[in-house]
Amino acid sequence: MELEQFSYDNKIVKKFILATIIWGVIGMIVGLLAACQLVWPDLNLASWLSFGRIRPLHTNAVIFAFVGNGIFAGVYYSLQRLMKARMWSDLLSNINFWGWQLIIVSAVLTLPLGYTSGKEYAELEWPIDIAITIIWVVFGWNMFATILKRRVKHLYVAVWFYIATFVTVAVLHLVNSFEFPIHFFKSYSMYAGVQDALVQWWYGHNAVAFFLTTPYLGLMYYFVPKAANRPVYSYRLSIIHFWALIFIYIWAGPHHLLYTALPGWAQSLGVVFSVMLIAPSWGGMLNGLLTLRGAWDKVREDVVLKFMVVAITCYGMSTFEGPMMSLKSVNVISHFTDWTIAHVHIGGLGWNGMLTFGMLYWLVPKIFRTELFSKKMANAHFWIGTLGILLYAIPLYWAGFTQGLMWQDFQADGTLANKDFLETVTQLRPFYIMRAGGGLLYLVGALMMTYNLARTMVMGKLLANEPAEAPALPKISTKRKEGEYWHRVIERRPLQMLLLSLVMILIGGIVEMVPTFLVSSNVPTIASVQPYTPLELEGRDIYIREGCYNCHSQMVRPLRFETARYGEYSKAGEFVYDHPFQWGSKRTGPDLHREGRGNKQNRPDSWHYLHMENPTDISPGSIMPAYPWLISDDLDRSHTETKISAMRSMGVPYAEGFEAEVAGNMDEQGKEIATNILKDLQADDFDENSVATLQQKEIVALIAYLQRLGSDIHAGTEELLTGTSPEEVEE
Amino acid sequence: MLKFISHHMSSIDGISIYPIISLSIFVGFFVALLIWAVRSDKKKIQEIAQIPLD
Repeated sequence: MELEQFSYDNKIVKKFILATIIWGVIGMIVGLLAACQLVWPDLNLASWLSFGRIRPLHTNAVIFAFVGNGIFAGVYYSLQRLMKARMWSDLLSNINFWGWQLIIVSAVLTLPLGYTSGKEYAELEWPIDIAITIIWVVFGWNMFATILKRRVKHLYVAVWFYIATFVTVAVLHLVNSFEFPIHFFKSYSMYAGVQDALVQWWYGHNAVAFFLTTPYLGLMYYFVPKAANRPVYSYRLSIIHFWALIFIYIWAGPHHLLYTALPGWAQSLGVVFSVMLIAPSWGGMLNGLLTLRGAWDKVREDVVLKFMVVAITCYGMSTFEGPMMSLKSVNVISHFTDWTIAHVHIGGLGWNGMLTFGMLYWLVPKIFRTELFSKKMANAHFWIGTLGILLYAIPLYWAGFTQGLMWQDFQADGTLANKDFLETVTQLRPFYIMRAGGGLLYLVGALMMTYNLARTMVMGKLLANEPAEAPALPKISTKRKEGEYWHRVIERRPLQMLLLSLVMILIGGIVEMVPTFLVSSNVPTIASVQPYTPLELEGRDIYIREGCYNCHSQMVRPLRFETARYGEYSKAGEFVYDHPFQWGSKRTGPDLHREGRGNKQNRPDSWHYLHMENPTDISPGSIMPAYPWLISDDLDRSHTETKISAMRSMGVPYAEGFEAEVAGNMDEQGKEIATNILKDLQADDFDENSVATLQQKEIVALIAYLQRLGSDIHAGTEELLTGTSPEEVEE
Repeated sequence: MLKFISHHMSSIDGISIYPIISLSIFVGFFVALLIWAVRSDKKKIQEIAQIPLD
């Protein structure tokens, strides 16, 4: 048969490799800064460098910039070889590359400035969300066009993982990003409260599944056999692994919401599917590790394989740990504590990081037609990186257990042993120092790799267009041949593969979400819960802007040690006007849902004022950043009316024409708070002017919001004083 | 916006059967897949597994 001559595009692979390395180092540096801020809060040097804004920058940078570019580098290299075809369009490849980098740059600019949607791992504002959609479609288009012009009959399993990644990330991103734009940099989630939480964690969990796992499994199925020079252990297992994984993963999201106000049946569903996930996950892990059967001697010699073995082992560890953490009894401790942070870093540093490093050490010499500059240095990187992971994770596991148990600790007389939340925070400082040390080690390793690969690139020369030849593929018959099984048929049909994957993942999403949206009994309304006042709404937006949800939850679980500390547990009906929800996922500081008036942990306005000005003045040993700019900056009221209208069109019952009263309403509430603060701080030594100045400040709006948190169920102080329980009314 | 979605959904007769249908689709698919994977031709499987190494 006649051989066709063509070439592989290595230039685009090189670009993505460079982006992976550069963004990886930047993302890790930002992570190290965040880790250090938890030890030395003085490192919160400016508003744009404060922890609440830096932490989303870190997560976005490592997930979408480091791992994202790693995915593209690996896919653009392997897809061409697996299809025996050049990428369909060099132009689309380059749009994919530059578009993605532009998105990252805009994230780097907007997140520190406080432009955020307030939903974890989906913080980017709506114009960037649209850009992500476009670039993702470009990627998918280029990938599918390449698959369609392939010279190989069958789609190797790695390609299925790429297809599932493309389809699912597109669905997740679209569904979770329904937003109501207020202006170019601000939007509100279309969903509210419980529903927003369910959609967000369906997204959040599956971002882990389909951005950090499936594409990397695809890379594993290509690069591990390549590096070990032997086929995958069991191709049959890989098929079962694939379908089971993508189907089951999509259901597991609610395990992020155990003991919350999410309906119980949805929580149980999440737990069951999370436990089931062990099977396909370990199937994949064993398939990866067993690929090295009979070649373990190579692992001793080959640094690439060393990285891959640690990566796959970490994958196995975190996919065992994940289902365990989704058991309610374990989740009581792991949720909201550093255990979760340790868990994700076994996945992030171990699985994603080490597999990326292994892939880069294999790829760079290959496309630059040379040997690796220093094998010794790469070996050193391996050991430093592995040690870094351990030093990062072990102290945080310890910290998680310590804090989780301290929260639960009761004295013999039935009162909390650690009444002050801060006691459980100061205890963690040594662990946080060790964690920062682990992160530093890992970063040093990455810097060594950067140097090593840069020298390799200089030593060699990029083979930009790698010549290849393969026989043209006779027109693929999509018909089923006699004696052939149906799965073989879809293996030849990428578009059908796409549709089947889509159906599989939609099933889970529909079953979980439809009933919550439909059945009103899933979210019992509470008659006394009212929409926020305009000032509180603005205060809430400041809360979102400063990323308070990164450290404070707003979800008191129905557990004795929680209600003893915070008060009444949180009810689904209390969040119906929360666009977006702000339940949070980590308590570096205490829960805030019962911070407002009428609750036992309520504090005076002046306390909040002083606390935001400098937390350590009020709470010595606190690691919360100071927020002096809230006290000096005037509140921007120019969009308040638009915000009220937007909320109304999303179903929040503001009266028609309420916009006209907004300014007066804000002044009135602001004046009251400002007066309270000045009375407490300066006795009677203040005048009308100081009140007028203070009431314009951002801090007043924020205090208004904090004082409202979780206070509606008390429905008036009289009832509170007589101890009448809140009335829950079914619609 | 959501209220429009919810409204449409609740107007569908017997929507509660949808999740059950969905689950049956998956279970059916998965069982068929298992049978296929177990019974598939060994030579062909080996050939596909070799693709990255070619």
